[in-house]
Amino acid sequence: MNVDAIRDGIVIDHITAGCGMKLYRLLGLEALDVPVAMITHAVSAKRGRKDIIKIDAEFPVDFDVIGYVDPGATVNIIRNGELQEKKQIEMPETLVGVIACKNPRCITSCEQELPQVFRLADREKKEYRCIYCETKAAGL
Amino acid sequence: MTKRSIIDVPDLSLPELDRLMDTAEDIIARPDDYADACRRKKLATLFFEPSTRTRLSFEAAMYELGGNVLSVTGAATSSAAKGESVADTAKTVSCYADIIAMRHPKEGAALVAARNASVPVINAGDGGHCHPTQTLADLLTIRREKGRLDRVTVGLCGDLKFGRTVHSLIGALSRYAGLRFVLVSPEELKVPSYVKNEHLKKNGIPYLQTTDLEEVIGDLDILYMTRVQRERFFNEEDYLRLRDSYILTPEKLKKARKDLCVMHPLPRVNEISVAVDDDPRACYFKQVLNGKYMRMALILMLLREAGKL
Repeated sequence: MNVDAIRDGIVIDHITAGCGMKLYRLLGLEALDVPVAMITHAVSAKRGRKDIIKIDAEFPVDFDVIGYVDPGATVNIIRNGELQEKKQIEMPETLVGVIACKNPRCITSCEQELPQVFRLADREKKEYRCIYCETKAAGL
Repeated sequence: MTKRSIIDVPDLSLPELDRLMDTAEDIIARPDDYADACRRKKLATLFFEPSTRTRLSFEAAMYELGGNVLSVTGAATSSAAKGESVADTAKTVSCYADIIAMRHPKEGAALVAARNASVPVINAGDGGHCHPTQTLADLLTIRREKGRLDRVTVGLCGDLKFGRTVHSLIGALSRYAGLRFVLVSPEELKVPSYVKNEHLKKNGIPYLQTTDLEEVIGDLDILYMTRVQRERFFNEEDYLRLRDSYILTPEKLKKARKDLCVMHPLPRVNEISVAVDDDPRACYFKQVLNGKYMRMALILMLLREAGKL
């Protein structure tokens, strides 16, 4: 399967197979009016299978979202058809406005203008907790 | 000069905890020296959830420091009933008071208040989350009764799942050496795994979980009883089933050590028989008094740090 190379844009590579659509939704790519390619279960020498997202435009990627969903992913920034920068994504220490606390006793459940903020509580377990009530973030 | 708020016990370092307890002991020894310490200063007590002892304790603390108190009790009589946010309430009250003590039914409300107030905020309980000044009272009680905070075997009994005082106390005591915990609860009300992971397992503190109080009571230096709290249950049937799980009686205390210290954050319903009150090992009313002294010490510390004294 061929997908054209992009000239100015972003390639999110090495996405764990099956996580591509989650990223697509959380990054808000469906609202973009530019070509976006989603490749799922591509063959990967390192991982066996992987997902790839190609965005054929400059786009302010939220690295925290990628770091939360799939910290093993890489982001390649392409300019004039050349790889300008390659970023290895890590889990963010805090996550703002990405996920919502599900605890009905949390202050965010009744004051909905409060920012939803989670802190990384356990890096090994990839566990985030709400800064207000300490409730563990539910899976995506 | 820095405005600092206390949301949970870990906001205080161990040396700060020691200094607070030293100040409280000094207040107990020489109350007259503190009678005008907060003259012309105002404490706002914002209580959006029912409370008798915590609110009165804060207010008594401020009066004994020579300060004044502004009080809001119950969401129904405040602007919260009109839909005012916690953030706006905190900003508004900061215009009137030098320091705020707040209780709110929602978890995290105190953090929101602290981030928006221009004066120090003390969390007086935010739902089932934290209640740091109760823990301060507990620590002072243990230190005064046992002469130390390390090398003690602490039994926690009752609702260990929703009991915020229990979680705070485990967190606070886990910072001392030589501790051992015995966790006594029904299966449904066990200490949540995140509390065990973050405090006990991470610090290598030995603990035993059991459903049988009588089997372990003889091993304890401290027995911390808790109430099964109706307000933490969404389901009345579950509450009624678990309410009477553990009731401490003089008969059960016969198996306990002579120097056991029986504590309870109060109010009790029926989990400690009134007949236990006359036992010299009953320390829960001393704990109430210690709470007032620790709140005095905390108010003093925060007002000093904020440059208001």
